[in-house]
Amino acid sequence: MTAVLIFLSAAIVNNFVLAYFLGICPFLGVSKRVETSINMGLATTFVMTLTAVITWLINHFILIKFNLPFLQYVTFIIAIASLVQLVEMFIRKSSPSLYRSLGIFLPLITTNCAILGLALFMSLREYSFIETLAFGVGGGVGFTMAMVIMGGIREELEFADVPKALRGAPITLLVAGMLALAFMGFAGMLSV
Amino acid sequence: MAGKSLGAEFVKGLWAENPVLRLLLGMCPALAVSNSAINGLAMGLATLFVLVASNTMVSLIRRIVPSQVRIPTYIMIIAAFVTLADLCLKARLPEISKALGPYVPLIVCNCLILGRSEFFASKHPIIPSIIDGLGMGIGFTGVLVVLGMVREVFGSGAIFGFVFMGEDVFTPWVVMILPAGAFLTLGMLMGIINYIGNLRKEGP
Repeated sequence: MTAVLIFLSAAIVNNFVLAYFLGICPFLGVSKRVETSINMGLATTFVMTLTAVITWLINHFILIKFNLPFLQYVTFIIAIASLVQLVEMFIRKSSPSLYRSLGIFLPLITTNCAILGLALFMSLREYSFIETLAFGVGGGVGFTMAMVIMGGIREELEFADVPKALRGAPITLLVAGMLALAFMGFAGMLSV
Repeated sequence: MAGKSLGAEFVKGLWAENPVLRLLLGMCPALAVSNSAINGLAMGLATLFVLVASNTMVSLIRRIVPSQVRIPTYIMIIAAFVTLADLCLKARLPEISKALGPYVPLIVCNCLILGRSEFFASKHPIIPSIIDGLGMGIGFTGVLVVLGMVREVFGSGAIFGFVFMGEDVFTPWVVMILPAGAFLTLGMLMGIINYIGNLRKEGP
């Protein structure tokens, strides 16, 4: 039951992008089209889920067991970087068409702070294995949702008459602010 | 570094190539911890420390590291300094460390630091690298403090925790402290700066 709550909380109420400001760079950088947004979101969800599982295992069976929590940041970032590399090699071999459509986005996921944030929150809140899994998938779904909404808005925005000084990044930030306002409507629905 | 003076390397980070406002680097911490001026300042200084230290280190080893493994090497250097900064904050300023929460370790993922290592420190000698880190870090801190001040004034009628507009004269705009306020404030700030830039270019 808690796992379901954690999933919903990570996906909607405490959305990674709009409530925790994690993964802002891809959110602003690659959300120009709905299609690229979906691809980026799915790739990130995939890596997030794997990261959640693997960092949980490392944290529990190596770092906590041998009393090395001060090495957390270094180990987590190495785990994420090698995971992204692994996923990239695997996808390139198994499905070249998917690999082509993801393109440059795959390596960029390493520097997405949502992934490291996920691992840190997971160890900070002392989630169990199932809860961590739910948290990872939920965070990924929430990220994808925010990306797709943003992509849709920005496609429309191209035809709008935006004041010159606000063109580009500023208007994107303002739109993100309004999205965050809308997502605030979910606040308080779940207490996890 | 062709003919560029050290002074120019320092100044460019403050305005012309300001990391947040111009290069759009390091957005996550800029938005997340700028709900009060003091948090912004602490985050800015922690980032400044990591940036200068990692720039120095990367510049020192730039000839030894093979280019295939340079990114993982840089990330590990950065992660080591971030751990250092985090432990120092926890020991010396436990309250601020608690307020910043997981955003201190997230400095590892701040694309500003990796960006400077990759684009500047790996190609320049040690002194310009330190100067570049200082300039960029101070520019970053400046934006964070300004953002934090604006949000604190509107959100709780205070500056650096000092309340100058009580509840009786001013109703705080709660939204400015919440996530939405961060996006709106930064968007408006960038808009204003673009506007000033456009005025300068086209003349009054």
